[in-house]
Amino acid sequence: MKILVTIKRTPHRDARMRVAADGKSLETGDIAFEINPFDEIAVEEALRIKEAGKAQEVVAVTVGLEVAREQLLAALAMGADRGILVNSGGAAEKQELDSLQIAKTLSAVIQSEQPGLVIMGKLATDDENWQIAPMVAELLGWPQATFASKLELSEDGKTAQVTREVDAGLEEVELTLPALVTVDLRINEPRYASLPGIMKAKRKPLDVIEIEDLGGLADLGGIGQSCVRTVSYRALPAKEKGILVDSAAALAAALKERKLV
Amino acid sequence: MASYKAPRRDMRFVYYELHDGERLAQLPGYEEATPDMIEAILEEAAKIAENVLQPLNRTGDEEGCAFENGTVRTPAGFKEAYTTFAQGGWTSLGGDPQYGGQGLPSALSVLVSEMLLSANLSLAMYPGLGEGACHALEAHGSDELKQMFLPKLMDGTWGGTMCLTEAQCGTDLGLIRSKAEPREDGTYLINGTKTFISAGDHDLTENIIHLVLARLPDAPRGIKGISMFLVPKFTIPADGTLGSNNGVSCGGIEHKMGIRGSSTCVLNFDDAVGYLVGVPNKGMRAMFTMMNSARLGVGVQGLALAEASYQGAVEYARERLQGRALNGAQLPNKPADPILVHPDVRRMLLTIRAYTEGARALTMWVAQEIDLAHKHPDPRRRRDADDLASLLTPVVKAFQTDTGFECTNLGLQVFGGHGYIREHGMEQYVRDSRIAMIYEGTNGIQALDLVGRKLAAHTGRYLRQFFHPVQEFLVAHAEDSALEDFIQPLAKAFGRLQRATGHIAQQGLKNPNEAGAAATDYLRLFGLVALAYQWTRMAGISLEKMEGDTSGFYAAKVATGRFYMERILPQSGAAFATLMAGAKTIMEFPDEAF
Repeated sequence: MKILVTIKRTPHRDARMRVAADGKSLETGDIAFEINPFDEIAVEEALRIKEAGKAQEVVAVTVGLEVAREQLLAALAMGADRGILVNSGGAAEKQELDSLQIAKTLSAVIQSEQPGLVIMGKLATDDENWQIAPMVAELLGWPQATFASKLELSEDGKTAQVTREVDAGLEEVELTLPALVTVDLRINEPRYASLPGIMKAKRKPLDVIEIEDLGGLADLGGIGQSCVRTVSYRALPAKEKGILVDSAAALAAALKERKLV
Repeated sequence: MASYKAPRRDMRFVYYELHDGERLAQLPGYEEATPDMIEAILEEAAKIAENVLQPLNRTGDEEGCAFENGTVRTPAGFKEAYTTFAQGGWTSLGGDPQYGGQGLPSALSVLVSEMLLSANLSLAMYPGLGEGACHALEAHGSDELKQMFLPKLMDGTWGGTMCLTEAQCGTDLGLIRSKAEPREDGTYLINGTKTFISAGDHDLTENIIHLVLARLPDAPRGIKGISMFLVPKFTIPADGTLGSNNGVSCGGIEHKMGIRGSSTCVLNFDDAVGYLVGVPNKGMRAMFTMMNSARLGVGVQGLALAEASYQGAVEYARERLQGRALNGAQLPNKPADPILVHPDVRRMLLTIRAYTEGARALTMWVAQEIDLAHKHPDPRRRRDADDLASLLTPVVKAFQTDTGFECTNLGLQVFGGHGYIREHGMEQYVRDSRIAMIYEGTNGIQALDLVGRKLAAHTGRYLRQFFHPVQEFLVAHAEDSALEDFIQPLAKAFGRLQRATGHIAQQGLKNPNEAGAAATDYLRLFGLVALAYQWTRMAGISLEKMEGDTSGFYAAKVATGRFYMERILPQSGAAFATLMAGAKTIMEFPDEAF
């Protein structure tokens, strides 16, 4: 069986983000990027399934700029077998491509690759839209299980048992493969890429596909016709000094005064 | 609690922008060292330093090593962390690919080791010593020895040591008494006691490969009668399994001021079977191969701990609210201003920063020259590169560890009383950085190496590799108005270094004590000028790239450089005046009056 994992290039978790001068974007010129941490967990999960002998190949896919090659290489360094970079020419970064269009793009890749299982991070830490995975499953007509904290494939490779982290606790579901699973933090702890792994990554196959060549965007009007527009970004307001109140009544009054209740 | 983030931006700056690391990937053998590869490796090494090694730094210091039932137990977590590190292939980064190494340049090694050393000096020493043993074997071992030992040393299955010191000899290795008796099968029986052996015994690896200096029965007296032997802790049967105890036993461990997670052992060799490494009686030469790279590595320790201390101090200076800015409150709605507003706190932080970034730049220069010395196709270029590395090795070792200790002290001072207590980890950096001024040849010995050996070698040939580029740079930028604030002080300090060099060459010939009395101040002066040269070059590059850089990286570079030129480099005047005063007041003081 083949497992396909999706990867997004996101600003490094320690990066300090600043709103750009145009007010509509973030400064990304001099910050470090990494694999979206949840996607890294997805790669790890796929590798563990492969190492347990239940899959033969792990393919990592990203939609993004040419520089996202770095993140694909990081996944290959961890142990993924092959990478696919769908070059969007920066459309997604320029807000010219919305979640549904990216989901369509990924669906096209998945239809051509025919994996038995798709694993994604539950969200991307930059925009936290949580949208693409459910959209992809819907577009493909596949069963899906989100926020997985445990993923177990049956011996015959026909079903997956998934434990989901939901508000009420844990939910156990069974999916018929092919299926899509998004993973949560607690499912595993991603490995560190080994030094030989990093060095071998460059020699592993990495295909670049131009987004226009994939199809899948036509019925949405193509690139530049995003349904979502970012109007503005604002930095969080600086924290104000706290005040001490001496009674519950004073607290209620203070909250009312600030229109918080 | 101290935390650490690898300064990857500055590392990329010194590797590529300041010292043109891209040229290394053109050298035969370093083809893999392309920018994307270097970036990926630094990225992953940073994760390991920050997440695997750093969390064990303070706990390792608190617990220390324990000596139990004749063996050493390292602090909790060290074994797991070492295993993660070794299994990730990091122990073989610079090793010969023929024996399983990754064959990457020293320029990359120094950056990776800086991260590891900042995160946890004690823990990083264990693989560091294994790497040192690999260097010596690669350079001097027979093919048979290499086949037998290098693969497992490189992959970290086995550890390594350098066994030089004995109770009666530290600096003066001519006094070594350990003995080697030849046996009929070509091996030797080693007997003797070695002291202060770092990583001499521990529980991180299944075997430890000791490189031991000892005397053959017919050896000449003194330093010319020392040979090097490889002595494993456990014997190595032909089938590659782990054999029996080879007569090497740990007699105890030292209780130290710092690096308490690193075991420092007394080792007894009782009829231990050893193998000759290299040529009989040429052990010192073999050991020096290892020592030169080890000295560079110790210089990196000084810089690494200064960086770690800086990060802690900056964070504290931003958060600690105390008193008001001298020219009026900065945060009137808070009870006090952060101490970062105070000129003296800023002075301390900038001092650490200027030394640290300057040292990183200097280390990178030397490391890239070492790579050129190994791989450049032109023998003349190789020789020039080796000359520069030989000249600057004692400067990197002594200057960067002297200033490293100054910096960790300043970092502690920023914390005030909270630096002196253990909770924040700042006093550990002070204790840990102190040893770097002592081991691998005390800083006094480094200064003697500089004035006695390096200046004199081949009638001053080494010196040309430093003096010429500085002179050329000064000439090329004499009219550069943008760099004026850098060129003038550099020229002034460089003039002092030239005059001091002439003084030592003249006076030292007449009276060696003159050279000896000048040595430490001369090395300090050399280091100050070497950093000034690096800062001037860094400022030149940064001034060009400053415009449009929203990150503030280049602007901070230039500002730190100005601080260095105005507020640190003037020390060169004091060092110059001191050394020019001569040996008289030192040597004429009556011994009995001490």
